[in-house]
Amino acid sequence: MALGTALLPSSALARSGSPRAKRKVVVITFGGGARDQETFAPEGQENIPHLMWELLPQSTFFTQVVNRGILGHYVATASLATGVYETINNFASLPPEHPTVFEYFRKDLRRPPSDAWVVAPSNGFNRIGESNNRSYGPGAGARVILPKHLLAAASRGRSDYEHLLRDNYETPFYAPALQGGEFELRQLEDILKLSVDDFKAHARALSSPDELSVYIVRQLMRQVAPSLLWITMHDIDIAHAGAYSLYIDGIQRTDRLCADVWGAIQKEPEYAGKTTLFILPDFGRDSDQDAGGNGFQHHRTGDALSRTTWMLALGEGVREGVVYDRPIDSTDLVPTLGSMLDFSTSLAQGKPIQELV
Amino acid sequence: MEPRDLKPEHFKAYPPEARKLAIHYVFAMQRLPLSFLPSLLREVIDYDYKFPAERKSLEKELANWSLLSEEQGREWVSGLAQISLSSQLRQLDWVNQPAQFVEQLSAHLWTTHQMDSFREAALDYGDRLHAAVPAETPPISRLGIAVIGRDAAGHDRPLFRKLRPHGAYFNRVKPENGLRQLLDAVAERAKLHPIPYGHWYIDGGEPEGHDPALTSVSYQALQPTRSAILCKVRTEKDKPGMGPEALRTLLAQMGPQELGFAKGLDPVMERFQLKLFTEGSGTQVFSTTFVQWAAREALRRAQPCTLLVRFAPRAKPMNDLLSPSQDQAEMDPAGALVDGDFGAYYNWLNQQRLPGADKSAFLVWFEDHNEALAIGPGMPRGTASTSEANLKEVLSWIT
Repeated sequence: MALGTALLPSSALARSGSPRAKRKVVVITFGGGARDQETFAPEGQENIPHLMWELLPQSTFFTQVVNRGILGHYVATASLATGVYETINNFASLPPEHPTVFEYFRKDLRRPPSDAWVVAPSNGFNRIGESNNRSYGPGAGARVILPKHLLAAASRGRSDYEHLLRDNYETPFYAPALQGGEFELRQLEDILKLSVDDFKAHARALSSPDELSVYIVRQLMRQVAPSLLWITMHDIDIAHAGAYSLYIDGIQRTDRLCADVWGAIQKEPEYAGKTTLFILPDFGRDSDQDAGGNGFQHHRTGDALSRTTWMLALGEGVREGVVYDRPIDSTDLVPTLGSMLDFSTSLAQGKPIQELV
Repeated sequence: MEPRDLKPEHFKAYPPEARKLAIHYVFAMQRLPLSFLPSLLREVIDYDYKFPAERKSLEKELANWSLLSEEQGREWVSGLAQISLSSQLRQLDWVNQPAQFVEQLSAHLWTTHQMDSFREAALDYGDRLHAAVPAETPPISRLGIAVIGRDAAGHDRPLFRKLRPHGAYFNRVKPENGLRQLLDAVAERAKLHPIPYGHWYIDGGEPEGHDPALTSVSYQALQPTRSAILCKVRTEKDKPGMGPEALRTLLAQMGPQELGFAKGLDPVMERFQLKLFTEGSGTQVFSTTFVQWAAREALRRAQPCTLLVRFAPRAKPMNDLLSPSQDQAEMDPAGALVDGDFGAYYNWLNQQRLPGADKSAFLVWFEDHNEALAIGPGMPRGTASTSEANLKEVLSWIT
């Protein structure tokens, strides 16, 4: 990682000014799987102009976030959300085995179901909102929206939306069946105040599943304003199809969408001035130099590059323009959120990131 | 069953040449840990369909095991022997279904957090093997050529960025008749040095006329195979019990006869082409991925002395995975140029992994345009030339 502390003027700005009870957190996983060399390393910075030149100067930036778990998108995202390296089958519709951050948050702070939401890309993520841990479990976690699933239901198989409906890229032939409490079509209107026709009309103008997710996120922020909002991006994972140009397109789009979400945080009165945003890939992708893989296409070798990525934190309570090169762990996110919002994450393995709490 | 229980009769279902090889080395294989042996058997069981270079290296690896003392053998695989396996894995028919075992082993290693230890142990074994049984250098210096960007008008970002530090960039190449010059050059090498599977031409579209001395693979020629695989997947994917692992297993078990290969084809090439689709990811959808993966596999497996690959425009959307009628898919030549540019870098990396890398040469050319980059022992690195030259001349400077 060539980004050094010297690149950014350090500032002691920003310790939280808003009461913890009113603070909000938005987490975006910059996915699925992006390498440093296509993002924050010098040769990749042209792909992420928004992160690089707009968000980074306002951020605390960690150059080495190490994922020591299974490098599959669902299981890795579940690990990020529990603070424990989960070992569930990446391709099955299963809940995490350890309590999620949403469960800790709601139980400790006595928050209603409407205060924790996940917007996720594919059917496999449907169970990520709550674990099967006995002390938490069904009804105790976050509500999950799968925008692609909603659009499929709304469009009833019409071909206008095929470009938005690919379930996932790692097993493109196969989408796991949905199990568990799914967000239903009629709730579009009840909760998001969005008619099916408007949803379909808007979707027709979008070019990717992640754009659809961010559209839903904005509705959710406006209508429900959850305090804990988790957005899993996935367009980048088209890299599994082996087309480098599409992988780069995915990174560029995700960069723009992250800036869109940050823009929405600034504009929405419920979020402005009291929200901390975290952006991090779930993990990297294989190195070009590892003969066992095929470079950017997959994340199967478990080499250092595929395990090491970055994290950017900005907004309420976060110092601006600071870069930390010390390694932190993927599982440190949940305890950090717990410390920031004042809830216990007793079963998480990671440790609060001291530079943020 | 444990490896120490292996007997010659266990290999009766193997193809004839593979069976002979396995029986010959059965005592050597009895010494290998179960975390490793099926990976080796996965190669042995395919022996009848392997290229000469692969056969030779497999024979050498097995022969090496016959030469190692008990103690040396234990030391070589000590890390692999420490990998703990589940009883479920141990009960698999790893002799006759080694590929399935290896796939499940991979899932087991991730789940039990042993992937890093396994990786380290496997690299250690590989290093020892390379030291004990050095790979053979090619009879002539290797030459790789990548032709990229067919039908693309131009580019937004500079080309060959990954390769420029390793060679000389030319921006006044005469494009006229360029592809023909390259095909003639590789045909000449093939005629001068007739080596089985030694000289290849891979095309992402319809192949240009070429000398029959070249081993040729093209996306267009394999269209019926590709369609048959996609059709099979569409039929199978919604059946009860089907999931990604089952689907992969199903694809791996498909034979040439199910996929409409013409009778009388070389069985080695038939299997090679089949595996490009059943084991490759994205090869069924994008011609650029197909070309990059085919080149990678040709280099890894056949270790050719000459490899000319030509990237063609690829389909724009990914939707023909699920939609049966994609005869008129919209094409994206600009995207394919980016894919080809990076694919050329991977071709060079894969070529450099082979013996004789210090003497090998590589050329990448933006088809029908003036830009090319040449890498070779006599070519200064990280330089740019504004000299006018045709591709035949540029080739002559690196070979």
